[in-house]
Amino acid sequence: MAKLKIEDLKAIREQASRARTLREGTGRARITVHMGTCGIAAGARKVMTALLEEVESRDIADVIVTTSGCAGLCSREPMATVELLDQPPVKYADLDGGKIKEILDTHVLGGEIVEAYALGVGSERTP
Amino acid sequence: MEDLSLHILDIAENAIRAQASLIEVEIEERLSEDLLVMIISDNGNGMGQEMLEQVHDPFFTTKEGKRTGLGLPLLAAAAHQAGGDLEVSSTPGQGTRVRATFSLSNIDIKPLGDLNATLQALIAGHPEVDFRFRSSGPDGETVFDTRENTHGEA
Repeated sequence: MAKLKIEDLKAIREQASRARTLREGTGRARITVHMGTCGIAAGARKVMTALLEEVESRDIADVIVTTSGCAGLCSREPMATVELLDQPPVKYADLDGGKIKEILDTHVLGGEIVEAYALGVGSERTP
Repeated sequence: MEDLSLHILDIAENAIRAQASLIEVEIEERLSEDLLVMIISDNGNGMGQEMLEQVHDPFFTTKEGKRTGLGLPLLAAAAHQAGGDLEVSSTPGQGTRVRATFSLSNIDIKPLGDLNATLQALIAGHPEVDFRFRSSGPDGETVFDTRENTHGEA
């Protein structure tokens, strides 16, 4: 059985408290990784892990990373929704760790939608 | 699902959607009984008897626009194929408890997988929810609780 290392636990906790402070401020963007059964089975956790690593290592302080359920298009999972302040949400499909980093760079930080991975613009808002 | 840690993530996401403020995950290896016990419990909305009877049905879901609800049926299948079982108990307004067992020596038991990645995704994605994780087995006990201010103990 895989053993949890104490250093890993500390890292998770630090990351959590960082996320907590993030949540209290108004972030410039929110990225929701869809983690329904379909998403998880398709690799959503890898997308989430890659995203968290990137946010952590680059010390990006005003982007909220969260998860939600199935986005309604199970065959295109893993999916994520990017919401920038005052802009319609954009859904991305067929993601992996590399693509989500590109989306973070180009869309979330750069303001330019990554059309190659985008499913559509202006779909329903996540609560 | 490739491994048990992904099942845990999936069931915990259910708990989050049921508005839990505390989710507890317990993994216990009981070598003498040849048993792996995995419990995910939450203090969320819970379910009434009628819904509880339907949760094992892969074509039952509470979500509009969906026709399947595979999370618990897939975990049940994983448990059954490894000589174990799945029990779900719930009380409306108090929460839900999912208990899966697996035979440790069964060739079809899924690997535990990356528990750290599961905990990280849950804790970082939902700072509004508290998590308690406990694993115990022949190597000792690990407890991690987001409600504690001090670092976790080994």
